[in-house]
Amino acid sequence: MTAIYRRELSGYFNSAIAYVVLATYFFFSGLFFYSYCFKGDSTSLSYVFANMFYIIMFIIPVLTMKTFAEERRQKTDQALLTSPTSLTEIVLGKFLGALTVYALCCAIFLLYAVVISFFAQPQWSVVLCTLLGIFLLGAAMIAINIFISALTESMVVAAVVGMAAGLAIDTMSFFVSIISVEWISWALDRINFLNYYTNFTYGILSIADVVFYLSVTGLFLFFTVRVLEKRRWS
Amino acid sequence: MIEVKNLTKRYGKITAVDDISFTVDTGEVLGFLGPNGAGKSTTMNIITGYISSTSGTVTVDGSEILSEPKKTKQKIGYLPEIPPLYIDMTVRKYLEFMFDLKRVKLPKKEHIAEIMRLVGLDKHGKRLIKNLSKGFKQRVGFAQALLGNPPVIILDEPTVGLDPKQIIEIRKLIKSLGKKHTVIFSSHVLSEISATCDRIIIICDGKIIADAKSNELSAALSGGQRMSLVAEGKPAEITSELEKIPAVTKVRRGGAADPGVKYYVEYKQGEDIRRDVFSAMERINAPILEMKSGDESLEELYLRLTENAKGGEAS
Repeated sequence: MTAIYRRELSGYFNSAIAYVVLATYFFFSGLFFYSYCFKGDSTSLSYVFANMFYIIMFIIPVLTMKTFAEERRQKTDQALLTSPTSLTEIVLGKFLGALTVYALCCAIFLLYAVVISFFAQPQWSVVLCTLLGIFLLGAAMIAINIFISALTESMVVAAVVGMAAGLAIDTMSFFVSIISVEWISWALDRINFLNYYTNFTYGILSIADVVFYLSVTGLFLFFTVRVLEKRRWS
Repeated sequence: MIEVKNLTKRYGKITAVDDISFTVDTGEVLGFLGPNGAGKSTTMNIITGYISSTSGTVTVDGSEILSEPKKTKQKIGYLPEIPPLYIDMTVRKYLEFMFDLKRVKLPKKEHIAEIMRLVGLDKHGKRLIKNLSKGFKQRVGFAQALLGNPPVIILDEPTVGLDPKQIIEIRKLIKSLGKKHTVIFSSHVLSEISATCDRIIIICDGKIIADAKSNELSAALSGGQRMSLVAEGKPAEITSELEKIPAVTKVRRGGAADPGVKYYVEYKQGEDIRRDVFSAMERINAPILEMKSGDESLEELYLRLTENAKGGEAS
């Protein structure tokens, strides 16, 4: 697993991907930070965090599109699958690689909090709680997008489908409000990602929210392993 | 060392590998021969655990690929048809990655240096794989298969796309590997297999149609005697005239020889039909341009076998 993890990380940083993703994340989070906190004279990062989903939605598919789609296209998956490494280790190695780059993205918020501390006392509990929220949200999105990448041989398809999935998650509450069948809208509301995210941005650390994101992450990593396993048998 | 039993692989309704069984002894170099799409790669992918069989078992050095995948995979070095290279890595970085991935227990630096020397990459460690020529990429593929000195090495068409000099080098390498490892390697070029292998398995449409020591292959498979003939004239007429000769058992038309057409004539052991052929051809005024008696070349044998296997299926 560590071999794959290290290879993933070096893959991200030896190509433009990691830099493009980091730059995009830093630029937009900086823009939000500037407009909400500086222009708006606020020490609350909640608005900044609340808007970050729009960025995550686009950068995570870019981060993960290569993971399995490209391996399959270049036939390098043959090296992985014929090595004495289990599928779970392969999937976890790749997941942790993407998660590390994403964690670096999120780390910029600590810098913003430090900047605020020069002007006023930031609410560290809220900042750290929200940071955890955005990290967990990202982890779940990475798992979903790795799963999508495992379904196709084309990076472009993986990225586009991943972005569409992000958009669907983003507009979930809209669907909840227009669907009149009660049990469907109830069920959709339960799996609405952003419901579980909002609490974090208020500084509320609820076990249910944490468990939700961890379960989604675990579930989609498990699905990815099953997809790879199934391909071997068909 | 390797035991393959009743291996079958179906993709939906298509049967890619159909009930194949064979064993390979320790230190043997086995050639896997067959036309493109015969099921060679599928068989190798199953042995190495890349895909699973529909039914049947593969045992390598006593451990079964399905029940003990990790243990079994550790014993196999595999070079697939397309070398699995990460083109954005340097040669050394890539080999270090593969070394870790395969959990090799040898001293890392020394072992990688040794393997690189063996395949002639020692001066290219710092080059990016994407900038290497095809021959060098193939060598990197070889190097990763050799990492950890696995007892079994499986090579899928290792010489395709290489220039003649490289092909000779790779063959030499395979021969030298055979001293320490058990090797299976596939090709659709017969001369290559017969030059490097102890034993040949010919596979066609997912079935084994011949399995013999390479020097015994043609003798084992051909009853009777054969000759080849190039003659000018109407092929149908020539064929029927040749068939009229009492000792002849079979006449098969080969390709156009320009001028004339090639024919393969099988006849009973101990007979000499050269004079009969001459007079038969004279009768229908079909000049003989070439006549060669003796063993069919391996190349022709291979063509005949694979064609027979295909024809048998169609009828």
